[in-house]
Amino acid sequence: MLTVDRLTKQFGGFTALNAVSFEVNEGEILGLIGPNGSGKTTCFNCISGALAATAGSIRFKGDEIAGLTPDAICHRGLARTFQIPRPFRKLSILENVAVAAHFGAARRSTEAEARRRAQEMLALVGLPADPAATTSLLGAGGLKKLELARALATGPTLLLADESLGGLDPSEMHDAAEMLRRIRGELGITIVWVEHIMATLLRVVDRLVVLDHGEKIAEGAPREVAENPQVIEAYLGEKVVLG
Amino acid sequence: MLELHAVTAGYGAFTALWDVSLRVGQGEAVAVVGPNGAGKTTLLRAISGLIAPRAGRIAFEGAELAGRPAYEIVAHGIAHVPEGRRLFPQLTVAENLKMGAFLPSARAHFRESLERVYALFPVLAERPTQRAGSLSGGEQQMLAVGRALMSRPKLILFDEPSMGLAPVMVLRLFDLISRVREVGFTILIVEQNVRQVLKLVDRAYLLEVGRIKIEGRAADLAEQDFVRQAYVGL
Amino acid sequence: MVDPIFLLEAVVNGILLGGVLALLALGLNLIFGVIDIVWIAYVDLVTLCMYGVYFLVSLYGWPLWLAGLAGIGIGALLGVLVHLLIITPILSSPPINQLLATGGLLFFIQSVATLLWSTDHRSVRVSLPTLEVGGIFISFTRLLAFGLAILAMVALYLFLTRTYTGTAIRAVSQDREAIALMGARPQRLYLVTSAVGGAMAGVAGALLIIQYAVHPYFGGAFGPLTFMICVLGGLGNMVGAFAAAFIMAQVISVGGVLVSTEMGYVIAFVIFIVLMFVRPGGIFARRA
Repeated sequence: MLTVDRLTKQFGGFTALNAVSFEVNEGEILGLIGPNGSGKTTCFNCISGALAATAGSIRFKGDEIAGLTPDAICHRGLARTFQIPRPFRKLSILENVAVAAHFGAARRSTEAEARRRAQEMLALVGLPADPAATTSLLGAGGLKKLELARALATGPTLLLADESLGGLDPSEMHDAAEMLRRIRGELGITIVWVEHIMATLLRVVDRLVVLDHGEKIAEGAPREVAENPQVIEAYLGEKVVLG
Repeated sequence: MLELHAVTAGYGAFTALWDVSLRVGQGEAVAVVGPNGAGKTTLLRAISGLIAPRAGRIAFEGAELAGRPAYEIVAHGIAHVPEGRRLFPQLTVAENLKMGAFLPSARAHFRESLERVYALFPVLAERPTQRAGSLSGGEQQMLAVGRALMSRPKLILFDEPSMGLAPVMVLRLFDLISRVREVGFTILIVEQNVRQVLKLVDRAYLLEVGRIKIEGRAADLAEQDFVRQAYVGL
Repeated sequence: MVDPIFLLEAVVNGILLGGVLALLALGLNLIFGVIDIVWIAYVDLVTLCMYGVYFLVSLYGWPLWLAGLAGIGIGALLGVLVHLLIITPILSSPPINQLLATGGLLFFIQSVATLLWSTDHRSVRVSLPTLEVGGIFISFTRLLAFGLAILAMVALYLFLTRTYTGTAIRAVSQDREAIALMGARPQRLYLVTSAVGGAMAGVAGALLIIQYAVHPYFGGAFGPLTFMICVLGGLGNMVGAFAAAFIMAQVISVGGVLVSTEMGYVIAFVIFIVLMFVRPGGIFARRA
């Protein structure tokens, strides 16, 4: 579904991504992990169009998307969440999601349709759709859910999830992981997920890609990758016990 | 060393802490764990003076600190490493550390403190002129801890230091905190990473919905539902 | 065609003018960058300092250098007063109210000055020679003012980067709570910032009174220009303001020689308008 081919990004003299290549198969949940500064966020930024790649290609459903603007990419069905949620504080929760539904969808919808879609998404993630509910009611877990709802409201077929578990407590993490599973299962959305909370991530993903210093150092099934000595040294620090 | 007695605190109409009492003895490492929204950050902010409690007492080495402003409380010897680090992003590593030593008592020992921080965190010594905003997550956390040490505190409050860090950095961080503790600092740490933090501390409190649910030796807390859930995984 | 000698002279004068404009812009930017409030009446504070130096010299016979120092003191005092009396009560008001308050101060100062001192133009006569360097004539007064302006800016730079308080002032604009956790009082830092900004106005006042005549509406001439420079360089951006000051001064000076003095200003303002369309955040604005 998504093919990243020798993606390279340089900032002046600094190479953030060096010929990174990987594929995302339709319907899978792919985990993208690596130390801070390894290029994960840069990778997301290039894929979603926030940054222009220096070299390489990014093909989404067969079409080249490298170089397109973020909104064009969004309209093609590729959405992302952000590590630090930034909701529109002056709008209600419902309006936040409705804005996404209205402007992010491939087809222009009416305001009423957008609201309906927003309500559906909020129900899916478990947030109040009451027009009076403001974003100030939301704690860390709620804000992450709002991020997801907004991304989902644009009607994507591929979702880039950026540290969806950051700042959550164990029970909230459980909910968030379940949510991503359901998004894949019920809505059929493919997911690429950047995350640091290993225990949870490893239980949910089908495959992993590991970046370090801008290069891909490992790829494969969770168990293999978690036991890869290079990955352990660069990122995990210790063997992560699964199951 | 630190004693909270029946502290109640909140924001506006919302009360985040109800009647919380806890203590930290000199040289101890104590953790406060609990779900999001339990009031853990509010607790640390009430101790360091960023918010004033509505009721209760906060005594530190005999002095009553509840309601005193933050700049006074740090002068008493309590340093706060806030949630999200709160570094000065446009200032350099060296300038952030210099700000840590703003107190007159800290300035007098600036050289000494700086050397100690650089010894603990060699990566900071390597790039003193780098803007703090351009450091990686792990380096930022180290700088935040180093900055707190520059004020020559007796008690250090840590608010979710492992947040956003890669697993290997989390291990290094906790290793570091235990070394900081060994050098003689008293530690009060709020953490989401229950498994790691209970390995580090002597005692812990479980805070839920603004109240202390249980306190005890680290091992005792393993019995609690919330903690077990974190251990067992999801 | 204009004689290249005049052009060169214009360039040099542009640099000299730029020095003082930069001083004004930095003072204003310092306060805005830290406290996040634009002192619309800033150049009118400069006017008051100019009056102060004028009266000390002409009425009380003080030597110029002493009056200049006193002018700096007056500026610092005014800065403190403005902060305490006008700014502190409106720190958390909506921005429009803040602008109205400092705007009101502008009218207040101009009206009171007219009441007290009438609209007569007053200047401090300084008999300093005119230098001749390679065929171009440079007023020593202007050169001196430029030199002192640069000195003041260097002093400001050292203050902001080398001292604890100066660094804390930079820090408080980045994270108010965090600096409080280090033992610094944000309110006190704001006060010092206002005093320093006022002192800069005082320096500018002392340097301007020896070059220009003061009158209650002096702010009308330099005020808009100072704002333009600050906005052009990016509000709050010290380096940007410094550069923009010199750029604008060159346009005014060279344009003044090529066409006419008034057109020099017109061209400068037109360039400003055009640049605002192209780079609304200022020429040195960083892309978000």
